This record gives sequence, C-alpha cells and structure tokens, in this order.
Amino acid sequence: MSHDAAVHHDQDHAHGSMKSYFFGFALSILLTLGSFGLVMSGTVPHNLAVPGLIALCVAQLLVQLVFFLHMGAAKEQRDNTLTFVFTVVILAIIVGGSLWVLHNMNANMMPGM
Amino acid sequence: MTLAVSTHSHGVAHHEHHDDGSKTVFGFWIYLMSDCLIFSVLFATFAVLSGATAGGPSGKELFDLSFVLVETMLLLISSFTFGVAMLNMQAGNKGRVIAWLLITALFGAGFIAMEVYEFHHLISEGYGPGRSAYLSAFFTLIGTHGLHVTFGLIWIVVMIDMIRRHGLDGINKRRLSCLSLFWHFLDIVWICVFTFIYLFGAL
Repeated sequence: MSHDAAVHHDQDHAHGSMKSYFFGFALSILLTLGSFGLVMSGTVPHNLAVPGLIALCVAQLLVQLVFFLHMGAAKEQRDNTLTFVFTVVILAIIVGGSLWVLHNMNANMMPGM
Repeated sequence: MTLAVSTHSHGVAHHEHHDDGSKTVFGFWIYLMSDCLIFSVLFATFAVLSGATAGGPSGKELFDLSFVLVETMLLLISSFTFGVAMLNMQAGNKGRVIAWLLITALFGAGFIAMEVYEFHHLISEGYGPGRSAYLSAFFTLIGTHGLHVTFGLIWIVVMIDMIRRHGLDGINKRRLSCLSLFWHFLDIVWICVFTFIYLFGAL
C-alpha cells in the first residue's frame, strides 16, 4: 500500500497538472496558427519565412516535450531527457550528414541539377 | 540452456514483485527514440528527393494548406485530450478515463480519415507514389506516420476494453503511460511533417 502511494507521488511530479496541459495546448495552437499564417498570408518574404518556420517548429517541439512529454531535469525525468539528447545528436548527424553529402554529390556530379 | 531458462524465470518472478512499471516505461521511451531514427531517415530521404519531381507536380501545386491545418488541429486536440485522460487516471476516475480516451480516439480517427481522403484524392488525380521520386518519399513518410497513428488508435480501443474489464490497476496504468508517450510522440513527429513537408513545400 505504501508502495502505491510512493508511485502516485512520483507521478504527480512527472505528469503535470490540468493547468500545465492547458497552457501547453494553448501555446501549441498559437504556434501552429503562427506557422500556417506565415505561409498562407503570402506576405512574408522567402528569406524571412524559412528561419521563421524553423524557429516556430523548434519552439513547438520544446513546448510539447516539456508540457506533454514532461521532459525536464528533475531526477525521475533525467534518464528520458539524456536518452532524448543522445537521439537528437545521432539524428543531427544522420539528417545533416545525408543532406551535406548528397548536396555535394549533386553539385559535383550532376551539374544540370 | 536449462540454466539460462531457470535463471530467466527466477528473474521474472523477482522483478514482477518489485517493479513499479517505471523500467517498462523507460524501455518504451527507448523504443520511441529508435522510432525517431526511422522518421529522421525518412525526413532525410524526403529532403534529398524534394526536387526530384520528374516533371510531375511539386508540393506547391498539390497541397491545400487549410486542409492540412484542420488535420493538424485534430491531432493537436487529441494529444491534449489524452493528457486529460492521464490526469483522470492519476485521480483514479475510471469512467472519465474511458470517456476521454474515446474522445481522443474520435479525433485520431478524424485525422486518419482526412489523411486517407488526401491519399485517395492524390492517387485518383494520377499523383500516386509512382509518379515521381518526390511523391514516393512523400507517401512513404506520411504513410509511415499514418500507420503509427492507426496502430495507436487500435491500442486506445484495446485499452478502453482493458480498463472496462480490469479497472485502473497497476498493469493498466503502466500500459496507459506507454500509450500516452506514443500518442504525444506522434504529435511531435507531425509538427515536423507539417513544417518541413507541407509548409516548406508551399513556400
């Protein structure tokens, strides 16, 4: 019984409250509307729209990771957060590396493209 | 062999007694991280092939952004309603957990229905995955995400039945925690999808 109580206590910390879910949800909606508005309005020049979209995307990823997936530096979240950071490093190497290598291939070997 | 088997069964019995489910949830998290790698490779493939339209249409001609916005909102709302289900799980309110899971499943099903409609529409216009490398990469990436959501929907329906039969015991709570991670994770992947495939494609 006391074991159950301890688990429940842990989860209260790691799983947020109605307030934090609602806050995260509202932020997500705003950021989504911002992203779509930026493209659909058609008034933002291309060289501003690209960094704008990436910034909105990263902001929304962080909002969802913190408010919905409850990632953070607290003790019971640390393993998840560390694994995630490791994944992001691998991911950056795979995606960044692939694009870099293939861009060079295209530029050097297929001058028409 | 005999030794290995007996050690194994001993280990299971030992752990079932003491495990609070946090190891299972962490293991599931590691699975999600490997899933992340699958998606990242598909994103890289898409990025490399994004110009390879072989004379076919590009994203700018194909995508209806207001349609995608509605799809996005459905998935976003379902992510929030799953969060509400989890809060009710912690409060031990069985009936409300089932109700909020049902609402989540409805929004998820709406998302899948829209995606199936979009695929059907594209294919019937002659823009199926065989049209160009760009469309192959598009269908693979969106289809993989859609399959994940479909399996998430099946899992939600199974969990609703499990909770109805057995209530909110430790095992069901552990499974719901995993499913919650899965569902929020799919929402996160979709954020990258609508940003990099639809919005960048329409720029």
